[in-house]
Amino acid sequence: MTFINYASREINCKIVYYGPGLCGKTTNLQYIFDSTAPQARGKLISLATETDRTLFFDFMPLELGTVRGFKTRFHLYTVPGQVFYDASRKLILKGVDGVVFVADSQEERMDANIESLYNLEENLLAQGYDLMKVPYVLQLNKRDLPNIVPANELTAELLRKGEPVVEAVASTGAGVFDTLKAVAKQVLTELRKG
Amino acid sequence: MPDTPILLREQQYHQIKAVLARLRMDASAKAVFLVDKDGQEIASQGELGNIDTTSLASLAAGNVAATGGMAALIGEKEFPTLSHEGDRESIHISVVGRLLLVVLFDDRSSLGLVKLRSKQVSHQLSTMFEAITEASTDDLDSPFAGITDEDIDSLFN
Repeated sequence: MTFINYASREINCKIVYYGPGLCGKTTNLQYIFDSTAPQARGKLISLATETDRTLFFDFMPLELGTVRGFKTRFHLYTVPGQVFYDASRKLILKGVDGVVFVADSQEERMDANIESLYNLEENLLAQGYDLMKVPYVLQLNKRDLPNIVPANELTAELLRKGEPVVEAVASTGAGVFDTLKAVAKQVLTELRKG
Repeated sequence: MPDTPILLREQQYHQIKAVLARLRMDASAKAVFLVDKDGQEIASQGELGNIDTTSLASLAAGNVAATGGMAALIGEKEFPTLSHEGDRESIHISVVGRLLLVVLFDDRSSLGLVKLRSKQVSHQLSTMFEAITEASTDDLDSPFAGITDEDIDSLFN
């Protein structure tokens, strides 16, 4: 839920990166963290297992700049992708303002993408949101790998409502900021509507 | 359809800060935070030093959400208070409606005192925040109402 503080002249929004296990959600955040000036972002908090799989969530506050005298701060979260962490995923969607679905472009992950997208719709609904109305971006990640599904086929399978689609290689940063920009823009546009 | 934004006016913010300042004094606490259940920090008061309050707010909300999930699994509505005691520093979190009141304290205070004082201000904070939420719904005079596409694009240039 967007929070506008007139005293500190700040606006805070929550964006959640969703997707199947190992699709690159944390890598997206890590890249944003690594390539942003320290004064524009806070710490990257990772609640992960000993093998670096996300256990609960990753979190990073990012300040984009000032609009109409208000500092705009985006709170970026990832969810744990593994199927059995569903209870955690549901909790993290609470109060969400925008969602990025990170799809894994590899052929063998197609079923996992579809399952995760279905799970996203279901969990949003459990929190009272309709995916059709939430600011939303589809990221096709890992476009550099050899065994990938063509972008048009992947899009045809995963597109839900004509949302922006961004091809990405999160490990090198390709498409990472385009994705963030696409979702942030929708969140701010939504705020304009009131 | 994201929820209606919460608009916190300057006067309301200072009222909340005043309540937190009094709680901090009465509880002999180091610092006091008010956090939304979604993880947004609303106000803080006290010896903040190098504390990363944004991360603390997010983790406190995650903490309450996780224990709330456990509560639901065993048939409880929620666990209204959480305490974490360290060697030197401790944290007490109480759920106040859709808010979390987070008190950071050390050996100058005690868990009992913090619990008591937190409970005493809970009702007041809850009432204040209800008024803020209602006003947010009525008054959509958000600073973003007149925002242009150029304003949004300028953030990314």
